[in-house]
Amino acid sequence: MIYFDKVTKRYGDAAALEGVTLSVAPKEFVSIVGHSGAGKTTLLKLLLVEERPTEGNVFFESVDVNDLPSSALHHYRRKIGTVFQDFRLIPNKTAYENIAFAMEAAGRTDDEIKSDVPYILELVNLADKAKHFPDQLSGGEKQRIAIGRAIINQPELVVADEPTGNLDPINTFEVVEILKKINELGTTVVITTHNKGVVDAVGKRVVTIDRGRVVRDDAGGKYIL
Amino acid sequence: MVFKRVLESGAKSFARGGAVSAATVLIMTVTLSIIAALIFLSALLSYTLGTITDKVDVSVYFVTTATEDQILAIKGQIEKLPQVAGVTYTSADDALASFRDRHAADQLTLQALTELGGNPLDASLAIRAKDPAQYESIVNFLEASPALSADGSSIVDRINYAQNKDVIDRLSVAIQATREIGLAVVIVFALASILIAFATVRLAIYTAKDEIGVMRLVGASNAYIQGPFLVTGMITGVVAAAIVLCLLWPVTWYVGEKTASWFSGFNIASYYLGHFPLIFVALMSAGALLGAIASIFAIRRYLTV
Repeated sequence: MIYFDKVTKRYGDAAALEGVTLSVAPKEFVSIVGHSGAGKTTLLKLLLVEERPTEGNVFFESVDVNDLPSSALHHYRRKIGTVFQDFRLIPNKTAYENIAFAMEAAGRTDDEIKSDVPYILELVNLADKAKHFPDQLSGGEKQRIAIGRAIINQPELVVADEPTGNLDPINTFEVVEILKKINELGTTVVITTHNKGVVDAVGKRVVTIDRGRVVRDDAGGKYIL
Repeated sequence: MVFKRVLESGAKSFARGGAVSAATVLIMTVTLSIIAALIFLSALLSYTLGTITDKVDVSVYFVTTATEDQILAIKGQIEKLPQVAGVTYTSADDALASFRDRHAADQLTLQALTELGGNPLDASLAIRAKDPAQYESIVNFLEASPALSADGSSIVDRINYAQNKDVIDRLSVAIQATREIGLAVVIVFALASILIAFATVRLAIYTAKDEIGVMRLVGASNAYIQGPFLVTGMITGVVAAAIVLCLLWPVTWYVGEKTASWFSGFNIASYYLGHFPLIFVALMSAGALLGAIASIFAIRRYLTV
């Protein structure tokens, strides 16, 4: 599904990624671990075409994403649900509207939005907070809304960049459980984290990155740095 | 469906914008106030220059033997000239009556007039050109085609253009210079105020740059991201224009009498009332356009990959 082929990304003289080759199969749950600055976020940015590689190619479903013209990027991004450490909810939209926005952007009808958004709010256990704005929600609630937004269009892939980085242990556990459930339902999940507890709780494939290089790739959920 | 969503989203963003919306409206109000002031300044300038221009004319005096029919025939010819704004005929009798009225308190002059016997004053045509610079061509026309009496002599006694030429020329230069300076001032102030509005809208959109990034990442097209900001910008402009239009009522009412006395009859309140539809359309269009264009330019930089 995803294939990084000898990907290098440099910012000036500094290499954020150096010759990374990595593949992710459909329905996999992959945790990418590494210290801060190891290159985890850069990897996801390249996948989301927020950045372009200096060398190498990034493929998604056999398509080189760097060949996509700017005008086609929004179509590509609709196939991927994204979750961030800092939630990135739209501040002047309610919880309901934040989730609905992803559907609106994808051109879904009002009827579809009216039927799907309440279902997703129930799924992330926030039906009673539908009319709350992000600044009226706790960190865990914000992240659950962000996950709701990421999965509302039933993407083939969910990408989460440090999704538990700003959460307490209880909320971290809830978010991990939601991501596992999403994966069990058939969606590929790629997360970056440096939280050992998260990696252990997921118990799936772990890719370790250090100074821009893939140094380990374990199928059994080991967190070794 | 998309259009409705964009409109709703833009309106909600404006309503929920709080301090940012209020600040943008405030700055846009100042900008549109400057534009409104420039509209009034232009009108005042045109009125004042028009008043001065109206006071300038060239008079053609006819010999006492010229008949009224001959003079009126010439009047008809002059009125057909495209440069001419108006021609006023003053008969010799009217000129005499006017002279007597003007010198009613001057017994010596009136006595001298009586001693002369008859009416020594000529009938005349006072010609007003549309532009003071056109007097010369009107006079050239009169001199090139002199009206003749039955005995073959010209019925035009004299034209007072030569003695007024210097004043008219200087006035023409002054009027042209005032118009050009006025236009330059209007352009400079309009540009400055537009730039201020642009900077403010840009700042408002800068505060939403993370939001724009999120919109891109959830797969919104550039047009779908831009739309609500465009609508918000237009609403900001229209609200600011409405505020300016409301504020102009008490302001023009307060200064109306003063401007009428300072600028020989130009009452700014009457002008506002008389030209309200025009000013309404001008300010509303300027507000909506400024908001829309500023939004488009401000958001463009955040829409690249």
